[in-house]
Amino acid sequence: MDLYEYQAKHLFGKHGVPVTAGEVCSTADAAREATRKIGSAVVVKAQVKVGGRGKAGGVKLADTPDDAADKAAAILGMDIKGHTVYRVLVTEASDIAEEYYVSFLLDRANRAFLAMASVAGGVDIEEVAATRPDELAMIRVDALDGCTPEKAQEIVEAAGFPEAAKAQIARILEQLWRVLVEEDATLVEVNPLVLTPTGTVLALDGKVTLDDNAHYRHASHADFVDRDNTDPIELRAKEFDLNYVKLHGEVGIVGNGAGLVMSTLDVVAYAGEEFGGIKPANFLDIGGGASAGVMANGLDIVLNDPEVEAVFVNVFGGITSCDAVADGIVQAMTMLAERGEPVTKPIVCRIDGNNAVEGRRILTEAEHDLIELVDTMDDAARRVAELAAARKAGKQG
Amino acid sequence: MAIWLDGSSRILVQGMTGSEGTKHTRRMVASGAQVVAGVTPGKAGESVDGIPVFGDVAKAVEATGANVSVVFVPPRFAKAAVEESVDAGLPLVVVITEGIPVHDTAQFFQYAINAGGTRIIGPNCPGIISPGVSNAGIIPADITKAGRIGLVSKSGTLTYQMMYELRDIGFSTAVGIGGDPIIGTTHIDCLAAFQADPDTDAIVMIGEIGGDAEERAAAYIKDHVTKPVVGYVAGFTAPEGKTMGHAGAIVSGSAGTAAAKQEALEAVGVRVGRTPSATARLMRELMS
Repeated sequence: MDLYEYQAKHLFGKHGVPVTAGEVCSTADAAREATRKIGSAVVVKAQVKVGGRGKAGGVKLADTPDDAADKAAAILGMDIKGHTVYRVLVTEASDIAEEYYVSFLLDRANRAFLAMASVAGGVDIEEVAATRPDELAMIRVDALDGCTPEKAQEIVEAAGFPEAAKAQIARILEQLWRVLVEEDATLVEVNPLVLTPTGTVLALDGKVTLDDNAHYRHASHADFVDRDNTDPIELRAKEFDLNYVKLHGEVGIVGNGAGLVMSTLDVVAYAGEEFGGIKPANFLDIGGGASAGVMANGLDIVLNDPEVEAVFVNVFGGITSCDAVADGIVQAMTMLAERGEPVTKPIVCRIDGNNAVEGRRILTEAEHDLIELVDTMDDAARRVAELAAARKAGKQG
Repeated sequence: MAIWLDGSSRILVQGMTGSEGTKHTRRMVASGAQVVAGVTPGKAGESVDGIPVFGDVAKAVEATGANVSVVFVPPRFAKAAVEESVDAGLPLVVVITEGIPVHDTAQFFQYAINAGGTRIIGPNCPGIISPGVSNAGIIPADITKAGRIGLVSKSGTLTYQMMYELRDIGFSTAVGIGGDPIIGTTHIDCLAAFQADPDTDAIVMIGEIGGDAEERAAAYIKDHVTKPVVGYVAGFTAPEGKTMGHAGAIVSGSAGTAAAKQEALEAVGVRVGRTPSATARLMRELMS
């Protein structure tokens, strides 16, 4: 889960990283009040989980409380690269002498962590890496040893920070490492880390990505979940404990196993090219077990997506054999009817693997009008794209 | 012969008394694997289908000569379980558990590196099977047979799909390396082992979005692999910034896309199928 700047700074503050005073506001009036409390010039910053908000006009300086209210009113509701601004962070304006960059991140390739630090902060760090690689220090951090004082020193030396700032930045690095480990983050980034004219180092912006697998040991992280910007179908799927991602297309997908489902999306998109650009509507992995109840919940979620015209159930019976999978599909149809949500959209099923013949027999004998059985994944994808295209054309015509 | 798992493999199951542990212990035994011990703290002296349960790995190893551990314990206990197997000197630890915090994985991986001598497969993986010989994990044994193809995959169900489509040709060993951001055994480790294995003639490599493991595997193939490799990559339609089921399956900015992986593989002569079935057909052509 990516955090907003204000949430990242909350975690920074908790672990001692110096940040400017600020308040998150969702109305212009709140921004006025926050500025009054801060008692100086402020920066009003759009809270979006995407870069480039400054260029998009989402960051503005304000001198007075009324000015801050005006600026907040202009920024709230803005669309920045497809992200709606629901909140602004009103924060004390700082004088800036120099801008730096520091981060810790998971280094998948080396199966460790990586510290990155640069005197060229305040700009896109990927650009620095590409054009001025000698200005970006990259230092491996061992997962067991962590960022010791010696390691922090090594990083600030490698980055070539000015002598006067080195000790402060080294301390900040140790604090950021604690954010990374103690909050179970996979990325902690400060860009810019600024040096003020009076010689103080401050984190002016912050980016944190938390590990979703570690939520069980951080009850307080539940507060970070962003309901405003989450698709309502995704929220409902989460309540069913389903692994669902909303996409934009006409073919609802239900499958077992993350890899197979990703592959199913691709195969449907390829087949859909022949039918005027039919696309998959979602990712949904119901897992290896695929019981009738889970299948019913999965179909429920997918069928309730108004964009969906047809559904592709693609299951490989490995651990669970296909007869059990077929029973699950038939029972799921009954369960949905009993819930008062009878199925009205065509469902193309492909089940293969252990005991596939018996599974197909069960589905065939169920004689459900809307269920169509196709033997191979590629042919089934073609058929479901065709059905979705026909229904879509019927609506438009 | 096969890689890492053969007739001499003596398996212990950490978490054998849990429901998943018991279920898959029975499946492993049914497929011909030698499962010699279970480990569940506090349950020493019990047994599952006659297989003795010990309170810790060291005692299980001492009593049974186990040399492979399969870990089914819940995420919060996984790190301690893996480190216990490393301490006991087991050469192979297969971590099936899904949902382990990545800091825990990074730490137990480093712990194993520091100790030396333990290979970790996973976490969040289906395990490893040498069909007809041994089976450590949850890969169904009855969908394929022994043969001369080596398979390495991040995905469980795509592994099964491929094993099933090529069941008439058969596999020397299939390794599900797992879909987490940090995994103990990589595509490259498997490619190296298959290249060295006299009983493997060709290799299927299945990848997916996220990270750059496939690109690095392509570079490795170019310099070190002379056996034919066919590939498949899942996730061409995955949107940027969304985790697709596996914790590691995420396109970040322009990094980790399926298109880049396919391109890297094709650039070194790997034939990449457009769908799993098309990939199986490529392998069938190679083996005929």
